[in-house]
Amino acid sequence: MAKEKPGTLQIETFADHHVITQPNPLRKVLRRVAEKDLDDPIARAEAALAGMSGEFKNWMGIESERLAAAHAAILKDGFTSFNRGELFRAAHDIKGDAATFGFPSAGAAAESLCRIIEHAPDLDQVPSDLIAHHINAIQAIVRERTGPDTISKASELSRQLRAVADEYLAHANRDRPEHLEAILAPSIAPAD
Amino acid sequence: MFRIEFNKLRFLICDDNPHMRRILRTLLHSFGAREVWESEDGATALEMYSHYVPDIVITDWSMPIFDGLELAQMIRQPESKGNPYAPIIMLTGHSEKRRVTVARDAGVTEFLAKPISAKGLYQRILNVVANPRPFIKTKTYFGPDRRRNTNNAYIGPERRLGGEVEVLQQPSLLDKARTPV
Repeated sequence: MAKEKPGTLQIETFADHHVITQPNPLRKVLRRVAEKDLDDPIARAEAALAGMSGEFKNWMGIESERLAAAHAAILKDGFTSFNRGELFRAAHDIKGDAATFGFPSAGAAAESLCRIIEHAPDLDQVPSDLIAHHINAIQAIVRERTGPDTISKASELSRQLRAVADEYLAHANRDRPEHLEAILAPSIAPAD
Repeated sequence: MFRIEFNKLRFLICDDNPHMRRILRTLLHSFGAREVWESEDGATALEMYSHYVPDIVITDWSMPIFDGLELAQMIRQPESKGNPYAPIIMLTGHSEKRRVTVARDAGVTEFLAKPISAKGLYQRILNVVANPRPFIKTKTYFGPDRRRNTNNAYIGPERRLGGEVEVLQQPSLLDKARTPV
């Protein structure tokens, strides 16, 4: 596909912009099938993902250890730019991956931690316990997940952490309306 | 009903997290893709983009040094020797309105918030394959048309300067209210 010669561009010129249309180079990969076609690529992919699920707990363990290591570096050397970036990326990866790996509450706690790192006016002024509790909670959720009881406890723990973090952020950003707006804004990313 | 022949598509995925790369590769292979290139940072992805000329790029946002946003900006260079038109799907844990807008303004074609799902990924790929948008080039932007809603119900100023009309004439709300449905 990619090595085919690109189609001719059609360019419409306006006062301050051009509209460029090219023949769809990917059109050839579309195939019309009957409504009752039984092949279901989404179901196939979901089955493949389920087949990998045995590895997810181990992966979450690796991710939470990475988070703990990033936190340990901050306790040792403070919030340098590098340390801040490492902690944020570790938390952000857990925020994005944890639900896929079957640990949605760890993802929620990691999201709360990401919001602190992103929106606290001065990370050195954030109560150290607030960050430590997030790290400990994520590790505990990953370590202790066994049954419905621990899942509901994990969910409640994440909810409470988020409430405390939001209260802190709202107070710390009371004179920074652009951050307040971002903190309070709901996600607008398109869902499935 | 349309299906994609994934075996004819070439993908480049860029994510610093090896677990997410493995999940993405698994999903794409399950859809039927054979050619999937992986990179763990934006700089390597840009090199691979020039070398392999993939049909579709799937990139994370947050990566050290050279992130997914910069990768999108580098690909969307209208004067570059490579293909500046390839669809870019941003797959990220960022889902705040401000972030989505920034990604859109960098020339990202589709935005997919993590956690990833097979359905969500398939639909984004189907959308870029079946419904490509024209590209817009201005002094400050080059990328897919950011206006997805093309119906005539838009109320507000026309920000693009056209030939004769610079401001869309909109009926007043009162007139609209009086118009029978």
